[in-house]
Order: sequence, then C-alpha cells, then structure tokens
Amino acid sequence: MPQAQVTMDVRKVRDGVSVIDIKGELTAFAEGVLMSAYDEASDGGVRAIILNFEGLEYMNSSGIGLLVTLLIRVNREKQKLLTYGLSDHYRSIFQITRLDDAISIYDTETEALRAANKA
Amino acid sequence: MEQKPPAEEHTAQKQPRDAAYWARHVEKLKVSEVPAEAINLNVEGRRTAGALQGFGQLWQKTYRIYLGTGVTPEEVVRVWKEKFSEFQPPQNRFYPSLAGVKPGEMLLINASMKGMPVYTGVIVLYADEECFTVMTPEGHPESGWNTFSAYQNEEGHTVAQIQSLARANDPIYEMGFRLAGSTEQERIWTHVLKSLAAHFGVDDPVSLEKVCVDPRLQWSNVGNVWNNASVRSMIYAVSAPGRRIFGLLRR
Repeated sequence: MPQAQVTMDVRKVRDGVSVIDIKGELTAFAEGVLMSAYDEASDGGVRAIILNFEGLEYMNSSGIGLLVTLLIRVNREKQKLLTYGLSDHYRSIFQITRLDDAISIYDTETEALRAANKA
Repeated sequence: MEQKPPAEEHTAQKQPRDAAYWARHVEKLKVSEVPAEAINLNVEGRRTAGALQGFGQLWQKTYRIYLGTGVTPEEVVRVWKEKFSEFQPPQNRFYPSLAGVKPGEMLLINASMKGMPVYTGVIVLYADEECFTVMTPEGHPESGWNTFSAYQNEEGHTVAQIQSLARANDPIYEMGFRLAGSTEQERIWTHVLKSLAAHFGVDDPVSLEKVCVDPRLQWSNVGNVWNNASVRSMIYAVSAPGRRIFGLLRR
C-alpha cells in the first residue's frame, strides 16, 4: 500500500482555535494523517478548526471524501470548519463538489481567524 | 506615481498536477450530446448535489473484487471507462457522451427501479489513469459520489473497487432505500464488478463494507423532493400519450 505523501502540522493559534497546515497530497492514503491531526487539533475544547491549504500539491476525489468525513465529525462536535489558502483550481473544486456550501473559504489566515472568533 | 503591472509569473498560478483530472465548475449542468435512444430528463439546468446536500443518512459503501495478477490497475480502469455502459445490468442503461468518461462529461441514465422509470444522469467529476468519479445532480435518487478505481494490494493482486459516499436525496428516496432500494443498489454495483471481472476471465465473489458516516437526517433539505427525478420521470412517462396527441394536433 503506498504511503501518504502528506504532512499535517497542528498549531493552536488562539484559545479555542486550531490550524492544520496541510502540505502534500490529499488522497485516500491521507485518511490516518488527517484524522490524527484533527484529534490533536480538537484537543482541549476547540470550537473552530482551520485548514490551511497553501501547501496542497495534489488532491483526487478521495480527498474530497475525506473532507466530507472530517466535516461530519466537526459538526458532531459542534465545531466550525474553515479554510484558507486554496488556489483558484482547488476553490473551483470546492464549488463543483459544493463543499463551499458547508466549509467557509477565506483568502488569508487573518480573515479565517477573524471568522473563527465569531464562531 | 504610475504603477507597473505585476510580472506574469507573480499573477499566474502554477497549475497543479491534478488540474487535467477534474471537471470545471459550472453553475448549472448542460447536456451537449444526447444519443438518439436516450431520454434527457432531470439533468439539464440542475446543479450538482454532493454528499452534503442530500436528505438521508450518509453511507460509505465499498465494493471490491480481486482480479489476480494478470492485469494492471491502469488496464482495468481503461477498460472500465470504455465499457462502462456494457457492464451495467439491463434495467440500468447508461448513455455516455461521445467523448466518453472524461472530466466534465455527462452520462445520462435511463433506469428502471422496480418497474418505475428513473431518467437522470451523472457528471464525471474526476478521472485519471487509476480511477474515475461520478457526481449526482439535484433530483437524483442519491446525493454524492461514486468512485470506480483499481489498485494493487500488498500481495501484488489487482483489486477493482467501487466506493460510494452518498445519502438519499429526499424523504421519498430515503424511504425507498430503506425498504428495498439499498439492496437493489448493492445488486447493481455487484453486477458491475462481476461483469468487469468476467471481462478479464475472473469469477470471484464481491465483498461489501458498509459504514454509516452520518446517521442523521438533514431535514433542512426536505425541499429536495421538488426535483425528485423518479416522480418527474413517472409524470413524463404517464403523459407520453398526451404529448403524442398534442404533437399530431399541431401538425
């Protein structure tokens, strides 16, 4: 089985807000890495998770499936999921798959943090 | 002070490796080519509907069949794309566009569920050498994605897989799936995998893993029933004689 070509670093940027920096490829093989990152990010009563996609290099349709699964977990915990750093290409994928109906997209970390604080 | 336009390398974003594999975003779906025998209903002008937009419980279902060591994953997916319609059961007719299974292309579906017509379609959302994914439009029985793929397992065997991540689109479909539709759907995808395997001379059982990803019903999407393709297909079929008479009178 191929290894996940992705790293996800977690930063606790403010009280109740965590950022996951995604670098590499978001495919089915990234499931374990993403869910571990989410567990670490949501530790300690976090109310908003921000995904940083600036380092995203490749995503296939399984990657979209992973984001849906993550979103269901986030909703179950009554948290909010936000993103920033999507290129035009990945923004277009969020639109056609209609992930943008449920996951708020921002241009910068500052904007995402501002929105997360309102959550 | 006059501002210089930014250098091109600063404004143009580098295209990622997956750019050619994804369908482009469109607000409303458009069916460009319709095979003469296909009924194009419930697709044109609809929006795509993913796993977040439906009504029912969200299920991930994974079907697998072992194809042995005599064929590569790339070869399996190439054949699968080419013969996608042929591998379907007789009551489930798929009409790909002339371009075939390529990102952004539509596949019309004229199906029959327990004798009831369902005219709908799907868009090819993603396609590369080892997998392709179709996404449903509003009104389709399901709301979500089906990914058809092949890979080599740790023993070096090629495995063909169908993975669906979808929920029933509205309360009528949800009831239908709980009563019989779910079993019927599992029969369809099992048939597809068995047909694919038979093409490569393999006769193995199909395994199925089911996970309920989200057991909740999305009551905020109850209005999806307005676009129900099954109801609209039935109205279309029942009104066919009337349309024929109207057509004759207009001559």
